Amino acid sequence: MKNEWPLWEIFIRGQHGMSHRHVGSLHAPDAEMAIKNARDVYTRRNEGVSIWVVEARHIAASSPSDKGPLYEPSESKVYRHPTFFDIPDEVGAM
Amino acid sequence: MYAQMIKTAGTGVKSREEMTEQERAFQDKIDADIKIEPKDWMPDDYRATLIRQIGQHAHSEIVGQLPEGNWITRAPTLERKAILLAKVQDEAGHGLYLYCAAETLGVSRDEITEMLLDGRMKYSSIFNYPTLNWADIGAVGWLVDGAAIMNQVPLQRTSFGPYSRAMIRICKEESFHQRQGYDAIRKMAEGTPEQKKMAQDALNRLWYPSLMMFGPSDKDSVHSAQSMAWKIKINTNDELRQKFVDQTVPQAEYLGLTIPDPDLKWNEERGHYDFTDPDWSEFYDVVKGNGPCNVDRLAARNKAWDDGAWVRDGLLAHARKKAAAKVAAE
Ligand SMILES: [Fe+2]
Ligand SMILES: [Fe+2]
Repeated sequence: MKNEWPLWEIFIRGQHGMSHRHVGSLHAPDAEMAIKNARDVYTRRNEGVSIWVVEARHIAASSPSDKGPLYEPSESKVYRHPTFFDIPDEVGAM
Repeated sequence: MYAQMIKTAGTGVKSREEMTEQERAFQDKIDADIKIEPKDWMPDDYRATLIRQIGQHAHSEIVGQLPEGNWITRAPTLERKAILLAKVQDEAGHGLYLYCAAETLGVSRDEITEMLLDGRMKYSSIFNYPTLNWADIGAVGWLVDGAAIMNQVPLQRTSFGPYSRAMIRICKEESFHQRQGYDAIRKMAEGTPEQKKMAQDALNRLWYPSLMMFGPSDKDSVHSAQSMAWKIKINTNDELRQKFVDQTVPQAEYLGLTIPDPDLKWNEERGHYDFTDPDWSEFYDVVKGNGPCNVDRLAARNKAWDDGAWVRDGLLAHARKKAAAKVAAE
């Protein structure tokens, strides 16, 4: 335990203009090595053109017990979706 | 399968009445195919069983590099060498994905590594068999990766999120492994009579050890029910073994090779091949540590870990020094 390399979370941006996506994690002594290792572990088949690494201890996460208060309110707001509104056919594409 | 004979923690499947409210809510999520994530509540036995299972799976990927790595420098052509190198590198990646999944359950990388190195945790029995010649490398890709795929494809649906995501990534890469193996052994089966003989010999030696990968027969695997209720085991050992045999027999026939089982025959009524089970006493013996390569494999892993200590420590010392210098400069 004494000298374990810290854990890094790895984010990769793919070829097609998508945002960086979390792909997994790995251990590395520092950011530079984390990027090098991420290149070997997570981009062996052209999965990406850009790598972000963040030390795992710097990530703050929401708590599973907050799931209700955080996400349920949006369930009742059906008007946030375009399909909520009836648009007459005569109006054309909208 | 890379995780054999995982002892499920706990006392077996509880009825709904026996469960606490928390346990009921947990089981309901699993029944509804909602993934369990690391910060969610989970029974201690689920956590303990998963650490064993994912850990053994990870160790198998890592130790599994040894029999193939043995042939990288002796591959017959530069192309085969590049292919084998890529395949073995993938296996290192598979080990790393799985170790990270295990770590989300609260075990550290060093702890889990040490449990492999001192023999407290196992890896698949298959990697305690030697790769004696190039035909074996073809047979390993074809049979061993083939058996692994059988087990890993259903595990993509396993209930623990990080394990499931690791399996999805691994499955994307495995098909290449099996195909390159089949392609390599096919070259030999279609080559000179001597080469064909080598291919047959590799199949003869690796057939039963491959069947053992799925673990003991269902009637002897006592702990499955709870693991299946938790969806960390999806199919029984015998189901997967049968599927593997049914899939592999036509592949061997195409190569003109004979499965080393005189009692193997198609059973019209069952719609499956009948086949001979492996010698289970050999299996238990290998698991206990008495296979042809157990000692070598563990010695190689221990040597790699010990020889790498100065690199791990040196890089960390360097990183700390750099970080301290950066703070001082600010
Ligand atoms: Fe693998
Ligand atoms: Fe593989």
